[in-house]
Amino acid sequence: MRNILSLKFCLAVASTFIVPTGLLAQDQAAPAAKPASHMESHVGNLTGNSDVGRQLYFRYCWGCHGPHGDGNGENAPYLNIQPRNFVAAVFKCRSTPTGTLPTDEDLYNSLKRGFNFTYMPSWIALTAQERANLVAFIKTFSPRWVAEKSGTPIPVPAEPKLTVESIKHGGELFQKLECWKCHGQEGRGDGPSASTLTDSNDQPIRPYNFTYDNRSKCGKTNQDLYKIFMTGLDGTPMPSFADVVKPEDAWDLVHYLRTLQYNNPSPELTLWEGTPEGKAVVAAKRVKETATGSGFKP
Amino acid sequence: MQWKRVVLGPTLVLAASSVAFAGPNPAGGTISGKVTYEGTPAKMKPIDMSKEPSCAKMYTTPPVAETVVAGSGNSLEDVVVYISAGAPDDAAPSTAAVFTQKGCRYIPHVLAFQVNQELKIVNEDQTSHNIHPLPKLNREWNKSQPPGTPAISEKYDKAEFIPVKCNVHPWMHGNFAVMKNSHYGVTADGGAFSLANLPPGKYTVSAWHESYGDQSQEVTISGNETKTVNFVFKAKPY
Repeated sequence: MRNILSLKFCLAVASTFIVPTGLLAQDQAAPAAKPASHMESHVGNLTGNSDVGRQLYFRYCWGCHGPHGDGNGENAPYLNIQPRNFVAAVFKCRSTPTGTLPTDEDLYNSLKRGFNFTYMPSWIALTAQERANLVAFIKTFSPRWVAEKSGTPIPVPAEPKLTVESIKHGGELFQKLECWKCHGQEGRGDGPSASTLTDSNDQPIRPYNFTYDNRSKCGKTNQDLYKIFMTGLDGTPMPSFADVVKPEDAWDLVHYLRTLQYNNPSPELTLWEGTPEGKAVVAAKRVKETATGSGFKP
Repeated sequence: MQWKRVVLGPTLVLAASSVAFAGPNPAGGTISGKVTYEGTPAKMKPIDMSKEPSCAKMYTTPPVAETVVAGSGNSLEDVVVYISAGAPDDAAPSTAAVFTQKGCRYIPHVLAFQVNQELKIVNEDQTSHNIHPLPKLNREWNKSQPPGTPAISEKYDKAEFIPVKCNVHPWMHGNFAVMKNSHYGVTADGGAFSLANLPPGKYTVSAWHESYGDQSQEVTISGNETKTVNFVFKAKPY
């Protein structure tokens, strides 16, 4: 007993001398905020409970996101888009402005949808209540959920009528805002800066290739596309354009981006292909043959 | 225990400073000195801006990286010298700190300002930039700023050294130094600094460099005296 006590004492004394080396002199005085041990989430009329979510987390999530929620799970070293670090609480898919916490609903939707082109699957197999519980639990990892409130979702005005003019204007914006610097002139994710991009953990990251699919990481609807560039994907090179793009212009850009997804039918693509100009552009982009030259016809 | 000491220190100084500042002459002690390096710093590589012609044409010879800027007489530039302990937190001044993007570089390379002070970010280039500071304690945001758009106004509410980058132009790299009090300076060529208006008391003076790290020294000021403190950083050859 005495041995254990003295060991405890030694540890306590030692711990007072251990200063985290990563922190600089002026940061040490700041009292460390602590995350909450219990959290709730509110999604629609569901209320999530973190105590129940904990059990689900340690069954389904911790293999990648880790026991401490820092994204350092057992599987993490083998994943080339690293699992989210819930301690940093920086999230890509939000309806809230850049730099703010997402809403519970944003996290819930991410869980339900999964992340296309990553190792995060869709958790559609869980019940809605279970997903809400998990959202509550992941909020217990970061003190940010105690110190801050979720951001206010950005206003998304009703989508205006789709016209050829709006597609053309969107194309001009794509040039003017220099989206092509990363996403490439044809939206293939091969712009001049594409190969140099890294996320906030200094890991290489690819810009979205519009021609590959019509499902982006944060959803497949036009509203989702609108939110992606108006809120930015925090933690990645994708910035927010909310301060520089007017809502009506933003919808024009959405319409144009859809025409880049020329392998996926959409009202925007149909309208664009109906014009002589659009038809020529899309036809020139479409892959008619495979790289080996064997005849592949869409 | 450590926490208590940190809290008590500023409170005592606060009491002292309110007396000192009440009079017509707010002068106090000064800590001044020089920041130098020893050894051979790495040779900075020239920046290839060929992918951004609008910026490349602004230079006759390619600019070099600024992660270590050695000045004359072994002086070290872009070092933030500040009072890390002993001085009370000050209210933010009403003037804004301005961070300019010009020629696809950040001017200044290291911008020091206070907690809750307005930070204005200006784009003077003919190309779009995105401003992506990477804080650990503050909120992380990332905003696009095409040419001709108004300045971005932001604030930070926690003291921290924050690296800043532009993802579009990978060579663009700068730093924000968010300070708790008004006693700080960033060294230029010559490496000199001077922290003035310090009421009598015991201070910890720290010097921070983005590549060479952090150093601290204890200084006690009594009356209106000027104390000299010098910092020497070990240069890394890589």
